[in-house]
Amino acid sequence: MTALTMPARPDADDASLRPLPWRRMAGVTWRQHRIALAAVAVLLGALAVWLWITGTPLHHAYAAAVACHPAGSAACQSLAGTFNGMNDRMAGGTTPGGVLLQLVPVLIGAFAGAPVLARELETGTFRYTWTQGFSRCRWALAKLVLLAVALAAATGAAGALVSWYYQPYFAPSSAALHLNEMSPFETLFILRGVAFPAWTMAAFTIGALAGMLIRRVVPAIIATLAVYAGLAVATAGLLRERYLTPLLTANPNPPGTAWTISQWWTKDGRFAFASPPLSLINQFCSAPPAGRGKNAPFGTFAQCLAPHGYSQWTSYQPASRFWPFQWIEGGWLLVLSALLIAATIWLVRRRAA
Amino acid sequence: MNVVEASGLGKRYGRTWALRECTLQIPAGRVAALVGPNGAGKSTLLNLAVGLSVPSAGAVTVLGGRPAGSPAALDGIAFVAQDTPLYKNLSVADMIYVTRSLNRRFDRRYAKARLGELGIPLTRRAGRLSGGQQAQLALTLALARRPRLLILDEPVAMLDPVARHDFMATVLAAAAGDGMSVLLSSHVLTELERVASYLILLARGQVRLAGEVADLLATHGQASLEELAMTYLLETHTPAVPR
Repeated sequence: MTALTMPARPDADDASLRPLPWRRMAGVTWRQHRIALAAVAVLLGALAVWLWITGTPLHHAYAAAVACHPAGSAACQSLAGTFNGMNDRMAGGTTPGGVLLQLVPVLIGAFAGAPVLARELETGTFRYTWTQGFSRCRWALAKLVLLAVALAAATGAAGALVSWYYQPYFAPSSAALHLNEMSPFETLFILRGVAFPAWTMAAFTIGALAGMLIRRVVPAIIATLAVYAGLAVATAGLLRERYLTPLLTANPNPPGTAWTISQWWTKDGRFAFASPPLSLINQFCSAPPAGRGKNAPFGTFAQCLAPHGYSQWTSYQPASRFWPFQWIEGGWLLVLSALLIAATIWLVRRRAA
Repeated sequence: MNVVEASGLGKRYGRTWALRECTLQIPAGRVAALVGPNGAGKSTLLNLAVGLSVPSAGAVTVLGGRPAGSPAALDGIAFVAQDTPLYKNLSVADMIYVTRSLNRRFDRRYAKARLGELGIPLTRRAGRLSGGQQAQLALTLALARRPRLLILDEPVAMLDPVARHDFMATVLAAAAGDGMSVLLSSHVLTELERVASYLILLARGQVRLAGEVADLLATHGQASLEELAMTYLLETHTPAVPR
């Protein structure tokens, strides 16, 4: 075997050289993670196409119902009925489509985030990567930040599309036209606005840290799903409603777009009960007042119990707080993601093979 | 200049010491062989020298006093780990790209010429190369970095005799070409006979013998490296048996 001769080494001493430029990590990260990034693009692309196909007729029906004049005419009632009749399978977090969609951030985060370090440790390639001239802490930081930003950009675009899809349900004119309304908090809150990229980033960084701690890809993915589920449930169930003090109203019919936190009844200024007991309803509400049939049951109770000194109170988050809530949630998730990346880098730095 | 300098170096995993009280100086310009039975602490010592491990005791510096694992140290060291880990799903060309991006120096022309000579196609995925080709690819990437010190952990353990010969020929040619120092570990003594000019003998986590091969042979009156090493290894394995 002939051996190639090598020219003289270019620079002899290199103890005091500046670090290699960060931009070199862009191509490295792309080459190593292009398959994962392509899979994310396909997933979000499919979501976008679906939103576009189902959202376009929804928006058309809404525009037709709003533009109709005069509002009370039979033709307009029919257009409103068309909009209301568009059975929205994605509405709310509990419909099958809604549940499926809410998994998107964690699926992206876990499958993109957990392998970043776990695969290196599992296959031993860290012995190659961490002995190159590019310091391993900077390598890990560059990779995690680049991937997190790429995922945030992609899911941010998807989040804007999801926001567009649901716009008709939150419009202020809807109530007057008897169109369906929804609370923007209860309708896929985490998939709209800045929450979608923020939750994806959180899932990604949870995955990266889990991968560094567990050092195996599949267990790290499972751990990521579990931790994310706990965080998401705690946020939706306990934390989110406390971002701002809820508003309080004695109006038995709060706006349809409001997010009701709790309801209770008082009598003579003191707490009476959370919901009226059956005995009381039988006593006072056995014969509903004529012409009120269209109202919601609570409204009916409120009307028949009010003359007896009972009043119904509702604490709620108004739809106008949607963006403040989005930024609060996006903000703390961003801080959490930064802390998780910092913890991961710290582990990379001190890990002993 | 010493390419590796350890003083009181130790590494403990749990309650077992994989390496203990290791003090040695490996001078530059040598092909140094780190020899010892399985579990003697060879990989532990090499991992400490490249900064993949943190010492439990003592200290190790490389290339004339640079702390092991520091950017300045890794800039001048190329390390080929045991089983030559590569990104199996990247093509050979991508491996070249990644290695070039992560290092200050990278001789792409040398890498491409060398791989062409070995008949390794640039478009093939690293994971689909044969074991010998993967080892040669890892070595080529390491040499193209133009290191001042090349560290190889059990480089030929997985290779057949022909691939072993080719691999070692490449290492020696590079070392002779530009004064690169080499530190390689092996438990295959016969392979080292031709190449090593410096010997470190490890057994049970401790250095038993270290020095220039020529000096050691002269002092201990042995005909070959293998005999010398065997004498010491047998001695440490069966201390109770009189010779």
